[in-house]
Amino acid sequence: MRIAVASGKGGTGKTTVAVAIAMAATEPVMYADCDVEEPNGSIFLKPEVYEIEKVLVDVPVIDEEKCTSCGECARFCQFNALVSMGMPPLVFPELCHSCGGCAIVCPADAISWKGNPIGEISLGKADGGRISVVQGKLDVGGVLAPPVIRQVKSHVPDDGLSVIDCPPGTSCPVIESIEGSDYVLLVTEPTPFGLHDLKLAVETVRELAMPFSVIINRFDEGDLGVEDYCGEENIHIMVKIPHRRAMAETYSRGGTLLEGIPEMREIFKDIPRIIERGIEEK
Amino acid sequence: MKEIVVISGKGGTGKTSITGCFAALAENAILADCDVDAADLHMLLTPEIINRTDFISGHEAVIREDDCTGCGICRTNCKFDAIDITSEGKCRVNPFSCEGCMVCVEVCPEKAIDFPPNLCGEWYFSHTRFGPMVHARLGIAQENSGKLVSTVRREAAAKAEELKKDLLIVDGPPGIGCPVIASITGASLLVLVTEPTISGKHDMKRVLQLAKHFSVPALVIVNKWDINPEMTVEIEKESLLDGAHPIGRIPYDRAFTVAQINGRTLVEETTGEVVENIITIWEKVCRKLK
Repeated sequence: MRIAVASGKGGTGKTTVAVAIAMAATEPVMYADCDVEEPNGSIFLKPEVYEIEKVLVDVPVIDEEKCTSCGECARFCQFNALVSMGMPPLVFPELCHSCGGCAIVCPADAISWKGNPIGEISLGKADGGRISVVQGKLDVGGVLAPPVIRQVKSHVPDDGLSVIDCPPGTSCPVIESIEGSDYVLLVTEPTPFGLHDLKLAVETVRELAMPFSVIINRFDEGDLGVEDYCGEENIHIMVKIPHRRAMAETYSRGGTLLEGIPEMREIFKDIPRIIERGIEEK
Repeated sequence: MKEIVVISGKGGTGKTSITGCFAALAENAILADCDVDAADLHMLLTPEIINRTDFISGHEAVIREDDCTGCGICRTNCKFDAIDITSEGKCRVNPFSCEGCMVCVEVCPEKAIDFPPNLCGEWYFSHTRFGPMVHARLGIAQENSGKLVSTVRREAAAKAEELKKDLLIVDGPPGIGCPVIASITGASLLVLVTEPTISGKHDMKRVLQLAKHFSVPALVIVNKWDINPEMTVEIEKESLLDGAHPIGRIPYDRAFTVAQINGRTLVEETTGEVVENIITIWEKVCRKLK
């Protein structure tokens, strides 16, 4: 079963929750960090990395001998990655989505492909080998997170338990991360910002027609807006995590929720089973 | 006109709360919210929307089912796995996966694929109690957030010119990817809000590399600094090594949450040490801009 941990607002505790589920489980589990702009799971899981692979995306290479400077490729490209001004086109690799369109329309067969590095994937093991960790990292200055996310997901097995740590927001990188999961946990905090962004996240997962529930982090620190909203919308609240200053301090040093608030272990251990039962009932 | 962009790398460090304070303290500024994915600044500034404009960007492929023969050539050529086969054997575009590249439109032998412009969201020009504001909302599950960010910044700069504002204060998005790059290129100054945690430090370093890459000077604020004083010192040292300047610390204070619940900025909500820290930081930011 594949559980995606997401949120609209950043900093609500996605990584804290995803790591806690992986750590509290007793069976083998895969933790996949799809927050490729700012991947933080490894800070807490401290995996031993055994392999690093590059993320390469195909970008066009123009054969200037064959190119007739007709400009068809640049006219076709929807992303302005090719610019033609009466000469063989200039390629802007960081804008290229690797759709292949320029090569399809080129009448002179002058376009081939080369791999352009945009990030890297690291594979590791944590907790004595029980937790497999795959992390994607977008290069600084890189624009396109989705191809890095796709490559992270290519390492996630179809069976067994896996936890996907998603980026914040509601746009393309989030959708790319969530797609293919069986269930979404939306982590929020009990503040007006938390509620506002939770509503956006709920709209997103409903649009994708995926089963989901909510985890409220630091539930006793704000107001009751999030709980009232979940009540009105009939959204299940899976867990409420209390606010403890000791937890904030533990987290600041790279400690996990299970160290900061040990009584959470049993609850987090049960989450995959609760989700599984819920999905079966439906 | 000068432009300050408040960013963080890591989400939830207090960007928007601090941007709200800057808005309240600034004189003759225009405000912009470039966190178009999950915009929150309006909850502190309660803008009154003067006009709204559709944000149309890119195109979306739509297959006319009646003309589709189900040959699957579009599906074979789509690099984004965005084309599914329906139970009637027709091809259908999954709009969540479609990146609008037009390859399917080109290869379809029946010319059965339309390519209409994509309405991705809308942007607003508003009045707030602290001055004019430009903000936006990206449609759910939409692409092109970077282009919407660029639109917000461009429109805010044009309004600043028109209204003779000499400062633009931008609330930026988290991360380091396309919306962040669209927010910071060409800005006068970045104010990076971080927190004294390993994650905060890690994410700050990546944003500072990005700032260096685009040659934008950066100042660093450590929010909730007293959660881990040693880490605060470490972050401040690291930020210097990365070419930025630490300009202040803000203690953990529940008043931030209370202010948010009351729909106000912290400087309107309370007085005392935390507010004094923020005023001092704001004065330093202003001096840096000169």
